[in-house]
Amino acid sequence: MARLARLALSEDELEPMARELSAVLDHVAKIGEIDLTDVPPTSHVLELTGGLRPDEPCPSLSRELALGQAPAVSGEGFLVPSPQA
Amino acid sequence: MIATDILELSATAAVRALQAGELSAGELFDAYRVRAAADRTAQGQGLNCFTWVAAQAPQDDPGSSLHGVPLAVKDLFCTEGVPSQSGSRILEGYEPPYTATVVSRLAGAGAPLLGKTNQDEFAMGSSNENSAFGPVLNPWDRERVPGGSSGGSAAAVAAGLAPWALGTDTGGSIRQPAALCGIVGLKPTYGAVSRYGMIAFASSLDQAGPLTRDVSDAALMLRHMVGRDARDATSLALPEEVQLPSAERLEGVRLGVPEELTAEGIEAGVLEAFQATLARAGELGAEVQSVRLPHAPHALSAYYVLAPAECSSNLARFDGVRYGLRAQGAEDLLDMYTRTRHDGFGAEVKRRIMLGTYALSSGYYDAYYGRAQRVRTKISEDFAMAFRAVDFIVTPTSPTVAFKLGEKTGDPLSMYLSDYCTVPMSLAGIPAISIPCGLSAGLPVGLQIAGPAFSENRLLDAAHALEQAIEFDGGAARVEVGAAGVGDRADRGAGV
Repeated sequence: MARLARLALSEDELEPMARELSAVLDHVAKIGEIDLTDVPPTSHVLELTGGLRPDEPCPSLSRELALGQAPAVSGEGFLVPSPQA
Repeated sequence: MIATDILELSATAAVRALQAGELSAGELFDAYRVRAAADRTAQGQGLNCFTWVAAQAPQDDPGSSLHGVPLAVKDLFCTEGVPSQSGSRILEGYEPPYTATVVSRLAGAGAPLLGKTNQDEFAMGSSNENSAFGPVLNPWDRERVPGGSSGGSAAAVAAGLAPWALGTDTGGSIRQPAALCGIVGLKPTYGAVSRYGMIAFASSLDQAGPLTRDVSDAALMLRHMVGRDARDATSLALPEEVQLPSAERLEGVRLGVPEELTAEGIEAGVLEAFQATLARAGELGAEVQSVRLPHAPHALSAYYVLAPAECSSNLARFDGVRYGLRAQGAEDLLDMYTRTRHDGFGAEVKRRIMLGTYALSSGYYDAYYGRAQRVRTKISEDFAMAFRAVDFIVTPTSPTVAFKLGEKTGDPLSMYLSDYCTVPMSLAGIPAISIPCGLSAGLPVGLQIAGPAFSENRLLDAAHALEQAIEFDGGAARVEVGAAGVGDRADRGAGV
């Protein structure tokens, strides 16, 4: 699960994490007790329509600003380690 | 006007004094700036409310509606050129290239940025102990937490370090700290305020709102926050303008008390203050009756599936590529991601990312996320049914008064229970306000009033009537601040 979450966990973190997650999962498992046959899911509480704006070109961040907070840059882009070192 | 008198003014009263020329905006800003900066530089001697404080007062803007009443802003709102770190080491030193819509709107209305306030990391917490910048202390008792996650905003307002503050509420993060610090906190209807520029936690629940000394200030701030924003597709226009509340009585108002949120698990002293407030409401003419919210006891479980699931997705962006921390010495790209996230996130954030990743993973999605979304439907239906019989639902805001630092950090589940009474309203997307309603063992107790979607004006009126009758005195929380230490750590930037 840590690998899926892109999270390195040290040995000392694993045991308490497993214990605490189990306790929380036991608690949330209570939602399994409710009869939810034919109940639709809610992902947004209010009915919304027309959320899209017109697709018109407009100014965005300059490259300089967009790269300004990056830990490493190379010329015109973000610099990252090779995917396969 | 002398500094101590300035501090006595509510934001609404300060606007009037500025308008009448009894006070200048620079004078007002500086009165608070000196206090906020002193708290920030006091290290262990202060409340640790601020992560950044403006170095100087901005230019006067006499034509604006709010005339320059300074605003404290929770750290998770992006503010251009000013650190916006969401209480996390992974964003340490991050200075966004743009400002959140709601902060721009308030600045445009004449509420300039005073400082950024400490918070639980990425708004995950109920005690402000999960901050990379250290815990905030409760001004009523420094051995206790201010609540969370908007703990810095709540404590700053209670202590008189800011006239008012902006917070965010996902499952109770405005209302619970407001209750624990003896101030007013409002979570508006979901969508009423743009989320553009808020560093996201759980997008279907996150909502910005005011933390203020009184109900009128909350209405005044809300008026300048709301409105549709093309940059947030879930934002919408409120059907009517936010009015300043004036009600003194509650004749004809029906208050519903849900059994499910007002019996089991509520501390005796809190329940006593709550019952006394109901009696007071009755004297003001309100009809108090029992209502049922049968699925409310399951709200917390559904919330702790939905919010972590959304957070695990939202926080995927913190990968050491575009901003913030990057772990050094990584072997390859994947190793850089996982090490950066290991070093940058605190324990609670890691826990929720793991929980959310699990709830969304193949084979578990239907049992957790899918079910939780269906429970959410049932909870919304419960409220809709209740609001056929009553105008508002009332509960204690928090099951307990402010607890001791460290008391719940070892047991995540007991910490999560702090949100027991506030989470159902969040899941239903409805507005809810917390107002101080009394003391228990010398610590403030909050009353939560919740109404149907878009009922903000009626809600503020009801809260105002009760506030006038309760006459809560928050003076004991105001801190004395000497000038010592101010200026030793000059912060960059002059505000937004």
